[in-house]
Amino acid sequence: MTTAFSGRDSADLTVDRLTRSELQADDVRIHPDTLARQAAVAERHHNAQLAANLRRAAELALMSEEDVLGLYDTLRPHRASAEELEALAGRLDAVPAPLTAALVREAAEVYARRGLLR
Amino acid sequence: MGAQPVGRIRFMDQQRVNLDGFAHEDVALGLKATDSPDDPSPSLVVRDGRVVEMDGRAAADFDTLDAMIAAHGVDLAVAEEAMALDDVAFARLFVDVDTSRAEVVRLCAGTTPAKLARVVGLLRPAELVIAMTKMRARRTPSNQAHVTNRLDDPLLLAADAATAAAFGFREIETTVPVLADAPSNAVAVTVGAAVASAGVLVQCSVEEAMELEMGIRGLVSYAETVSLYGTESVFVDGDDTPYSKAILAAAYASRGVKMRVSSGAGAEVLMGGAERCSMLYLESRCVSLARALGVQGVQNGGIDGASVAGAVPSGVRELMAENLMVMARNLEACTGNDALMSESDVRRTSRTLPILLAGSDYVCSGFGSIQRYDNMFGPSQWNAEDIDDWLAMQRDWGVDGGLRTADATEIGRLRREAAEACRDVYRYLGLADFTDEHVELAIDAVGSKDLGDPDPMVVLSAAQAIRGSGIGSLEVATALQECGYDEPARRVLDMLAARVHGDHLQTAAIFDESMQVLSLVTDPNDYAGPGTGYQPSPERQAEIDSIRQARGVEDLREDQALWAGSFLVPVGEAAQGSDPREVVIGVSPGVGRTVWRTLSGLPVAEVLRELLAGLEEEGCRARVVRVNSTLDLGMVGLVAARLSGSGIGIGLQGKGTALIHRRDLAPLANLELYSMAPIITPALYRLLGSNAGRHAKGATPVPARNPYTDEAIEARYHTSVIALVALERACVDATIGNEDLEVRW
Repeated sequence: MTTAFSGRDSADLTVDRLTRSELQADDVRIHPDTLARQAAVAERHHNAQLAANLRRAAELALMSEEDVLGLYDTLRPHRASAEELEALAGRLDAVPAPLTAALVREAAEVYARRGLLR
Repeated sequence: MGAQPVGRIRFMDQQRVNLDGFAHEDVALGLKATDSPDDPSPSLVVRDGRVVEMDGRAAADFDTLDAMIAAHGVDLAVAEEAMALDDVAFARLFVDVDTSRAEVVRLCAGTTPAKLARVVGLLRPAELVIAMTKMRARRTPSNQAHVTNRLDDPLLLAADAATAAAFGFREIETTVPVLADAPSNAVAVTVGAAVASAGVLVQCSVEEAMELEMGIRGLVSYAETVSLYGTESVFVDGDDTPYSKAILAAAYASRGVKMRVSSGAGAEVLMGGAERCSMLYLESRCVSLARALGVQGVQNGGIDGASVAGAVPSGVRELMAENLMVMARNLEACTGNDALMSESDVRRTSRTLPILLAGSDYVCSGFGSIQRYDNMFGPSQWNAEDIDDWLAMQRDWGVDGGLRTADATEIGRLRREAAEACRDVYRYLGLADFTDEHVELAIDAVGSKDLGDPDPMVVLSAAQAIRGSGIGSLEVATALQECGYDEPARRVLDMLAARVHGDHLQTAAIFDESMQVLSLVTDPNDYAGPGTGYQPSPERQAEIDSIRQARGVEDLREDQALWAGSFLVPVGEAAQGSDPREVVIGVSPGVGRTVWRTLSGLPVAEVLRELLAGLEEEGCRARVVRVNSTLDLGMVGLVAARLSGSGIGIGLQGKGTALIHRRDLAPLANLELYSMAPIITPALYRLLGSNAGRHAKGATPVPARNPYTDEAIEARYHTSVIALVALERACVDATIGNEDLEVRW
């Protein structure tokens, strides 16, 4: 059994409940703790990078659909200034999403050197 | 003006392989498979735990790819050991069955892009096959299908998705000719796949942001077309950077969506941005980057640029080496065999076969399960017309290429249920109303050209409604349930539950039909030489072996029985004839008892009628005798000749092979042999009769020419021959003697 984002037990995901309209979107959304657990599995199977990605995913799992889509768009080339990326990293720190924030700060540094800022 | 080449060259020029483009190597354009002189030499300098130089470039000059790889992609704990390893010694580890996959993976984690490209580039083709057998992540091979059509017609998409799932594809990738149709396609394919099988992963490949939105909303269960490129300029032209891709990777995982990236040779060449590097080196950068980003897998091996690689020397070998690099980096490999890379059936088979033999996480990263014209990715290397070829190749080599045969009736039933379920779901969700006629057309359609001219606005408005009202797979599952499709509803819900578990986020994950996850974690490849590694289970081997075209003696007995009649009636023991105008037609033991129809499809009765007519034209008297003691045609003919008053006999086997014999010849030394039973015409049998008559009269007739064919006549008929011989052999009885037969029409 696994707990969904909503807190509902995955064993509750039955067709009966579906018919009774008891299931909501967050009942079929992955929980950040599950992603953290999957990260540990990836690490044990010799892929530290996949583990790191799943840990960032655990952070993004806390964020809304709009914020996640917006985050991606801001990291595309020539979308944001150094200040905007730093502001974004600050907002991520507050989520809290420190791993993702660190990646954004790293990107800001490389983008500045490679002319990819706005 | 040059002279016209001679006929042999003109003939060669006309062959389909010469529709393909072949290019001279040109480093300036990136037209070099491996080992460009401008590929950097491998190097790695680490200071204070940070990479300060990689592949000849100082950290200050790192582009975004280098920066990401150097910061995240190289395991510094093994880098020194791996980089110091001699290239040839390293390459040998890939094929040494006593070196474990885990050990090669451990060492490769410490390699730079240039190092890994150089090592893998040393492997020869047969070594690539061994290395792939050993290095792929998942033990059980699998395959992926494209399901698309020109019209984005939902009912056809659903029927074709069900068909693909029935044939065994565990991932289905759709896309759109009209971007805004995407959500509709995702729903239709999800419904169709769920009708046929549990656990089929579904994706809809579109522009990155839209694809992410569909993933987050639960309309698709995996994503694949997240493109990586080997140079920064091409990357930025694609409106992304390694960092935006890293966010994308985390974003998909954050909603429990499986995701792999897509790269492959030729992309940089086509965009004029290869920067004088070889295809293998650029792809090594992509694969290193994929690992650095933390994605679980890579689709590569050319993909859209496969024909670019195919145009240069050793290009096809380079494509396979790309796939191997993915496996070496401990990632899921979706091994190309995607875009059609040649007009030649021989070349495309040559390109794919080694990977089919080795086995791969997904042998094709898009087998076009639909019509070529309906494939909105462009025609695939393998398409609907090739499914039976694929099944035959699996069976020929006894390997698992991910597909299975499907019963014709079952395909019909599944297509009906899928099209009806899709129609009902669209109606229930208020997306569209489709007519019964449309449903019937979709069920029977070979492709979208069979659908007539449906209104494109119907799909577009359905897609807008899905997007606008935030319909996801939960709503699709509810609609299926409400419309009475309990099993498909449960399957869609199970796929949503799988997202909550997240086990399919691990490398190379697929679901089997009982929803068990098969991945690097749960089903690790353990190949270590003969007798180890993946072996199909007896049930799976039976699926591979039992193609629907296979026939046995019993099938043929039933076919023959359909033509049974009583036109040959025994009237007593055959005596020696004395009339010098008599010619005996000896028939083999099964004729008119178990065998009624020859390989050419002619009823044996009609063959006899022609032989008799030919003899009559020559004024000869015919007698038909069944030789019960043997089915050897030479002996049947010789026995007939010895019984014949003229000393000339005709031998006829049930399969239609015939000859003219003379009583004083050795069994194998006949006068005329008509050996091509499958293509002997009635006119030729009549000529045979006439010629036998002329021999009987002491003349020397012009021998008949055996008909000619360039078809694989033996491949077509040998299985029938074996069964026919078995049917005849069952009738052989040396105790009966030879019987005179009365012919009754």
